[in-house]
Amino acid sequence: MSGTRDWRGLLFVAPFVLLYGLILVFPLLRGLWLSLNQVDLFGAGHFVGAANYARLARDPIFAASLMNTFEVTLMIVPVLTVLALALALALNRATKGAAIFRGIFFSSAVLSVTIVTLIWRFVLAPDAGLLGDLWTALGWTPLPFLSDAHLALPALALTTVWWSMGFPMLLFLAGLQQVPEDMYEAAALDNASRWTTLWRITVPALRRTIVLVVMLQTAAQLQMFGQSQLLTAGGPSGASRTAVLFLFETAFAQWQLGYASAAAEVLFLIILAVTVTQYWATGRATAQGK
Amino acid sequence: MASLELKGVRKAFGSTPVLDDVSLTLESREFIAFLGPSGSGKSTLLRIIAGLETADAGEVWLEGRRIDRLPPGDRGVAMVFQHYALYPHMSVRENMAFGLKNARVSKDEIERRIADAAAVLEIDPLLERKPGQLSGGQRQRVAIGRALVKEPKLFLLDEPLSNLDAALRLRTRVELAQLKQRVDAAVIMVTHDQAEAMTLADRVIVMNDRRIQQVGPPMEIYTRPANTFVAQFVGSPAMTLSPASLVQGEGEFAALTLGDGTLVETRVPRTSLPAGELRIGLRPEAVRVARSGAKAKVELVERLGERTLIYARLADGQPITAEDSGNSRVRIGDEVSLKIEGASAHVFDAEGAGYHRAES
Repeated sequence: MSGTRDWRGLLFVAPFVLLYGLILVFPLLRGLWLSLNQVDLFGAGHFVGAANYARLARDPIFAASLMNTFEVTLMIVPVLTVLALALALALNRATKGAAIFRGIFFSSAVLSVTIVTLIWRFVLAPDAGLLGDLWTALGWTPLPFLSDAHLALPALALTTVWWSMGFPMLLFLAGLQQVPEDMYEAAALDNASRWTTLWRITVPALRRTIVLVVMLQTAAQLQMFGQSQLLTAGGPSGASRTAVLFLFETAFAQWQLGYASAAAEVLFLIILAVTVTQYWATGRATAQGK
Repeated sequence: MASLELKGVRKAFGSTPVLDDVSLTLESREFIAFLGPSGSGKSTLLRIIAGLETADAGEVWLEGRRIDRLPPGDRGVAMVFQHYALYPHMSVRENMAFGLKNARVSKDEIERRIADAAAVLEIDPLLERKPGQLSGGQRQRVAIGRALVKEPKLFLLDEPLSNLDAALRLRTRVELAQLKQRVDAAVIMVTHDQAEAMTLADRVIVMNDRRIQQVGPPMEIYTRPANTFVAQFVGSPAMTLSPASLVQGEGEFAALTLGDGTLVETRVPRTSLPAGELRIGLRPEAVRVARSGAKAKVELVERLGERTLIYARLADGQPITAEDSGNSRVRIGDEVSLKIEGASAHVFDAEGAGYHRAES
């Protein structure tokens, strides 16, 4: 090990380190600094210490937006995971039909959030939407999904599940391909029913993929923004305002940049804590499973 | 009573036939080896018996019950897979109990059977471990244990020793032979390794090209191969096959001359041979280096310690494999004399069918 060898090695990682520092580490630190200042669009702002955080702790709108975020995440992640797994199980075969359906179910994932919310506006609108027509056809009163405080979050969850299904399905399909065929043959000789095979062979074999999907989706849904902004604008009366929508409004409607940065830091810490907890919990479980 | 009976089993994958009218009867408690090269259909036949493939035609009967329409778990067979197929997230104990739980065997009975099998296979200390924590040999034992606890009427072993290193393979071979004495069931083992088949099996089924080529006890397969395929596939190194012509004469046994004119006086009854082209089959141990005999030029020498194998060419260019003692001084390029022991020579006709010395 010589000194020259060390710095030459650095050259190889330098492009990545520079970019990483520039677009990730610097904004993170800059945001942290901003959160300790009172900053608006004009002027330099001034240092206020933890005042922004203290204000956040007392802000009922921020608290409500966090609760909304947790709620909608809890609605989405389990449903999304189970549905994606079910789809993957159904489509994990080498037939032409399965290939076509894999394509169809994945296709929603390539749409942008703008298109998705546009589509779902038409589906959810009570007077002219698909669900409205369905309800009317069944003789019920159409539900005002986007304007009822109790239905707005489920409507966001529904839209998100439809939109986000493709990628987890793909991950599960990849996981299923890894399960050796002779495992299923052994199970068949072991008299295992389809249900037993699913629970005792397939699901344990997909453990890591399930963990991955839950972690990725949790982190993604805690940052939900587009659906909330475009479908309901956080309404009615903040019933579907998510944490990221809160900080977007604070930063770019009210121009309280320091306050919004503080909210962003809090959200960042929450997501970090949730992810680390999940990772730690499943890491322990996997270690036991070894 | 017959254990397993196959009647006219056929199978094709798409337009590729893999089994063509295979029929076979196993005695109870018999150890059978399916021996053949890759693609001979032996594994497919095993999987049809297990229920992992369906036959296109034919019937499979086990102890008087037709099983080819039953799901694998209801057939009364247990299988040891080539790659063991242990459930990685279950402990050894759970692996062994899984099939029994599914079959709703009582808890006490499951415990008893696992304890018995673990004692026989000496895997007691491993019961709480996961397959990932076991060596290849231990996994093999667990896989056998998982089959054993089911107390099946028929064991199916798919290349059971192919994943073990040489030393372990020999040991496991001996243990399989001992295990065979303990279980009250027939065993079918698929293998491409003739040593496994010869040492373990009561009868060997040699398969090639979609068909059973020969069924018989190991020594019969070796000493009386039904055709040239069996003659060359069984035995290492392979039997020398050399064109020969029948010497017209009166004697009870056929005498043939090789291409270089060497006379071989066989013990094959002259009257049993058909007219037409013939080939003579000579195992290496029937061709010895001697002071006088057929002249041959040595092309390769393999020194195996207890014996030396000599690959040579006769004067007419015909290759021949011979044997010499372990301390042989023969070298590549030498001219040697080979003494051919006609009494153990085999004769094959134009279609490849074998003719052997009269049974004494």
